[in-house]
Amino acid sequence: MSLIEITEVRKSFGTNEVLKGINIDVDPGEVIAIIGKSGSGKSTLLRCINGLETIDSGSIAVAGAQLLPDELHLRALRLKIGMIFQSFNLFPHLTAGKNVMLSQMVVKKVPTADAEATARKMLDRVGLAHKFDAYPEELSGGQQQRVAIARALAMQPMALLCDEITSALDPELVNEVLAVVKELAAEGMTLLMVTHEMRFARDVCTRVVFMHQGRVHEIGAPQDVFGDPKTPELKQFLGLQAA
Amino acid sequence: MMMEFTTWDILRNLLLAARWTVLLSLVSFVGGSLVGLAILFMRIGKNVWLKRFAQGYIELFQGTPLLMQLFLAFFGLGLVGVDVPAWLAAALALTLWTAAFLAEIWRGCVEAIVRGQWEASSSLAMGYVQQMRYVILPQALKIAVPPTVGFSVQVVKGTALTSIIGFVELSKAGTMVTNATFQPFIVYGFVALIYFALCWPLSKSSQILERKLNVAHRNH
Ligand SMILES: Nc1ncnc2c1ncn2[C@@H]1O[C@H](COP(=O)(O)OP(=O)(O)OP(=O)(O)O)[C@@H](O)[C@H]1O
Ligand SMILES: [Mg+2]
Repeated sequence: MSLIEITEVRKSFGTNEVLKGINIDVDPGEVIAIIGKSGSGKSTLLRCINGLETIDSGSIAVAGAQLLPDELHLRALRLKIGMIFQSFNLFPHLTAGKNVMLSQMVVKKVPTADAEATARKMLDRVGLAHKFDAYPEELSGGQQQRVAIARALAMQPMALLCDEITSALDPELVNEVLAVVKELAAEGMTLLMVTHEMRFARDVCTRVVFMHQGRVHEIGAPQDVFGDPKTPELKQFLGLQAA
Repeated sequence: MMMEFTTWDILRNLLLAARWTVLLSLVSFVGGSLVGLAILFMRIGKNVWLKRFAQGYIELFQGTPLLMQLFLAFFGLGLVGVDVPAWLAAALALTLWTAAFLAEIWRGCVEAIVRGQWEASSSLAMGYVQQMRYVILPQALKIAVPPTVGFSVQVVKGTALTSIIGFVELSKAGTMVTNATFQPFIVYGFVALIYFALCWPLSKSSQILERKLNVAHRNH
C-alpha cells in the first residue's frame, strides 16, 4: 500500500490555478525528487501535503488516513509527516537542543529527560551532538538546517517533505546537508524533496517528478527522466539546468 | 490674608501630590496591560466577532482624545446614576486607554514574527495555543519590551489630564499651589521637573533596552 496517495489534487490562489490535478502515489521508503521551473507549483504541492495550504478538490491520504482540514486531523497528519524548509525556521530563542525537544514535550508530552535523550540522539545523527547548547544564530546555515532535520526526526515521522532545503546555503555547506539526507534515504526514510540538485536527484532518488504549469508533466526513474526525457518541456528544463 | 510660602513648601506639596501621579500611572499601566492582553488575544485570535470587537475597541480609544474619555467616564457614568469619584473615573479611563494602545503595540510585535515560525511549529504538529505559548510570544515579548516601556511615558503624561475632572495629582496640585502662592513660574517649573524626573528614566531605559536587544538577539 502507498504511504502517501495524492489523487487529482487541485489548488488555486484566487483565479490562479497552481495545481491542476496532481496524481502521485508514494511507497514507503521511496525518495522522490520534484523538479520544475519556478512557479510550477512544487512548493504548493508539498505545502498541501502537510496541510499548510488547503486543497480545493481531490484527496491526499497518508498511511490510509484522509487529510481533512480541521485542526485535529491536521495535527494527526503532521505527526506522521515532517517538513523541512528552505529558510530553516529554527526557533531563534531556543538552543539547538531545546529546538529538538520542544515539540516532543508539548505535543507528545514526552518527559523532559526522554525528550533530551532523543534530542541528543537526533543531533548526533546529523553530526551536531556538540552543538546541543548553541543558539541558532551561533550556527552556520548548514548546521541550522541539520538541526531542523533533527527537530523533524525527533517526532518520528513516517515521511519528510523537503522544500529546497539547500537553496539558501552557501555552496560549500550544501554537501553536509545532502549527506544527512542521503543517510536518511539509505535508512529507509520516505522523502519528498523539491530540489535543484540534479546530481543528487539522479544519485539518490528512486523517482523523479517533473512538474510543469501545475501538472506532473513527467514521472519516472531518474535514469529515464534525466537520460531520456520524453517531452520538449523537460528537455528544455534539463538543458537550462546543465547550462 | 497673604501667607508666606517657602520654596520648600511649594516643592513639598507638589511632591506629595506626585505620589498620586505615580500611583495612578502604575494602576493604569498594570490594569491597561491586563486589559490590553485580553484585547490582544481577541484581536489576533480566530474568532471573527471577538476580532471585530477588539478592532473597534482599539479604534475607538485611539480615535478619540483621552480628555473626552475622561469626561465620559466621569460625567457619563454620573448620568446613568453611577456616582464615580474622580480617582475612579481617572483610573478607569486611563486603564482602558492604555489597553488600546498596548494591544496595538503588541499586535505589531506578534505580527513581526515571521511566517516561517508559524509554519515550522505547525509542521511539528503544535496547536495554536502551543505555538503562541512556546514559539511566538517568547519572541514577540522580547521585541515588545522597548516600545512598551516607551509607552509608559505617555501614561505618566496622560495622568496630567485627570486634573480636569478634579483628581488631585501633580498638575492639579500645581494649579492649586499657584493659586495660593501667585508664583506660577516657580510652581510649574517644579511640576515640569518632577514630570521629567518620572519620564526621563523611562524613555532612557526604553532606548537602552532597544539597543541591547539589537545587539544580543537572544534572551536566555
Ligand atoms: N500564498 C499564495 N498566494 C497567492 N499565490 C501564491 C501563493 N503561494 C504561491 N502562489 C503562486 O503559486 C504559483 C506556484 O508557486 P510555488 O511556490 O508552488 O512554485 P514553485 O514551483 O515552488 O516555485 P519556486 O521554484 O520558485 O519555489 C506561483 O505563481 C505563485 O505566485
Ligand atoms: Mg518553491
